[in-house]
Amino acid sequence: MSGSRMKPDTLRVRQLVDVTEEAGDMVSLYFRDVQCSQALPGQYVMIWVPGVDEVPMSLSTIGRRKVSSVTVRPVGEATRYICDLKAGNMVGVRGPFGNGYTLECDLPLVVAGGVGAASLTPLAESLVTRGVRPTFVLGARNEEQLVFRERLKNLLDEGLVLATDDGSCGFKGFASDCALKLMDERQFDVVYTCGPELMMALIFRSAEDRGIQVQASLERYIKCAVGLCGSCAIGPYRVCKDGPVLTTDQLKVVRDEFGLQRMDPSGQAIKVDH
Amino acid sequence: MSQLSLAVDIAGLRLRNPTMNAAGVLGISGPLLKRVYEGGAGAVVTKSLGPVPREGHHNPTLVTVEGGVLNAMGLPNPGADYFVDVIRWLKGEGVPVVASFFGATIEEFRDVACTLSDAGVDALELNCSCPNVVEEMGMLGADCLNTEAVTAAVKEVAKTPVFVKLSPNVTDISEIARGAERGGADAITACNTLIGMAVDVDMRRPILANTTGGLSGPALKPVALRCVWEIAKTVDIPIIGCGGVTNWRDAVEFLLCGASAVEIGTAVMERGVEVFGMVVEGIRSYLEVNGFKEVKDIVGLAHET
Ligand SMILES: Cc1cc2nc3c(=O)[nH]c(=O)nc-3n(C[C@H](O)[C@H](O)[C@H](O)COP(=O)(O)OP(=O)(O)OC[C@H]3O[C@@H](n4cnc5c(N)ncnc54)[C@H](O)[C@@H]3O)c2cc1C
Ligand SMILES: Cc1cc2nc3c(=O)[nH]c(=O)nc-3n(C[C@H](O)[C@H](O)[C@H](O)COP(=O)(O)O)c2cc1C
Ligand code: FES
Repeated sequence: MSGSRMKPDTLRVRQLVDVTEEAGDMVSLYFRDVQCSQALPGQYVMIWVPGVDEVPMSLSTIGRRKVSSVTVRPVGEATRYICDLKAGNMVGVRGPFGNGYTLECDLPLVVAGGVGAASLTPLAESLVTRGVRPTFVLGARNEEQLVFRERLKNLLDEGLVLATDDGSCGFKGFASDCALKLMDERQFDVVYTCGPELMMALIFRSAEDRGIQVQASLERYIKCAVGLCGSCAIGPYRVCKDGPVLTTDQLKVVRDEFGLQRMDPSGQAIKVDH
Repeated sequence: MSQLSLAVDIAGLRLRNPTMNAAGVLGISGPLLKRVYEGGAGAVVTKSLGPVPREGHHNPTLVTVEGGVLNAMGLPNPGADYFVDVIRWLKGEGVPVVASFFGATIEEFRDVACTLSDAGVDALELNCSCPNVVEEMGMLGADCLNTEAVTAAVKEVAKTPVFVKLSPNVTDISEIARGAERGGADAITACNTLIGMAVDVDMRRPILANTTGGLSGPALKPVALRCVWEIAKTVDIPIIGCGGVTNWRDAVEFLLCGASAVEIGTAVMERGVEVFGMVVEGIRSYLEVNGFKEVKDIVGLAHET
């Protein structure tokens, strides 16, 4: 099946039209897909590699000339396998799923940690299209890990703030520290963030103190992706369907879990450690 | 105001209305189950709980197909012991809880039932019909004698009503229902998913990691209605209909075939947890418009000659 009448939750197989290496071992996979080209920034797809796994990946490009992409950081079996794929290979795609970010804001601060930039870069592009220029903190362990640096520089110029844990480039320290400093120096009405959960939890608390609205893109264990199995629960929310982006009001409800605990694939609570 | 009541009594379990979530749909998390109750369900049903934690099958565990979905979650669950606190929390929040459970042997079924019964659930739902773990557990529920034996063992320790949930993947479901009734079942839930599979023509592979999975959603409804119909003709205990209920009309069809209540699963995908409230409101209007006073009045009506 193909074409625009197909429902997004229907699985289809797409050929990779391009595979590019990004900073720090990350890889972007490009494919043509009508549903993905109509996605909202912050939505994700399930990428299927037969015999290996099916894993959630944010859309890192939405519909540029009908070509969309995901950007993958190799951390385990499935992601390593996906990072070795070549142009011409095929992957299964379900989605786009989830809610995505809401674009209403005047003075946005965007804080990306590591591969979190994948979902936030299309957001920044949409904001710019709407005439809003975000301040974008791109954080990583070191300069080599700064993903989408050129793309964001071209888009935002002065609006791009680089932060590295080791100080090899830009602000020296965590992206969250950099964000806190900016929140003290300048005026913002919304903070968008995606990255390590401990970083996002810190940002949430600081923004809450300052009365700034937060939109944070969360990760939980995704199985069905359509809101049925409950595997991705955080409090009363399903990350796969009600999320992945939770707002300040929702984050307040899940204060006891956000940055602290999540469910493993069997449904037992385990500690959030990064 | 009319005297209309939506409350139902299933083997002594009194519910504010005849809807529940189907086992395995949102049931792995206490707060999600509470949301199901707030969405309008009469009671909530937990994920099927076993004696030890299970991660379930690898992804892909679910794929949409024409008229529904195929799933092969593989019974992921944190174990009955772990869930005791979740059940107590739900009870503390005022939510009626049905605990779905399974085991690999009759002893395991009994032990798990004992744990959950002691945790204070309102009813137990014995799942001897999951199609996705056949190799590991055997299809206990596919055999009338086994069903009777496992039901009887569970009834010995249960302090609450026991529903026995049956599989449609059998030659004669009413035979199995009779076995459950002989074993002492207080009600029958019919039915679980139909075994199916999906293949992708580009990958030339089965899509689910488990190859086969259970079909649920609208495509299952005619089969589930037939199951309820046949069981209603065979046993005297109440039946809970399950399979493809998406709106009030589907629910009323099940009631007319002989179900006293319905469970709703796959419809949550499209309609959210609000589906329970919508179905309940639809049943209310149906009763009102047609001059019935309570749900019981239409249970099994389609059988009358
Ligand atoms: C909404 C969402 C969007 C994401 N977007 C991206 C992205 O754009 N780029 C990127 O590189 N990564 C992204 N991830 C994370 C990515 O899905 C995991 O890194 C990947 O699933 C790991 O699989 P693995 O087999 O390589 O690793 P494993 O060794 O299996 O696991 C490594 C870690 O990944 C987690 N993980 C494994 N399977 C899943 C699953 N099905 N759902 C959620 N977490 C899982 C495990 O809990 C573990 O913490 C996203 C996750 C979510 C929930
Ligand atoms: C994602 C998913 C998980 C399920 N898990 C269980 C389970 O743990 N135990 C069980 O008895 N049935 C399970 N089922 C089957 C449902 O309880 C129900 O019998 C079936 O889906 C038919 O109802 P529906 O068409 O309303 O979904 C599951 C179904 C789905 C879709
Ligand atoms: S992954 Fe199944 S409900 Fe979210």
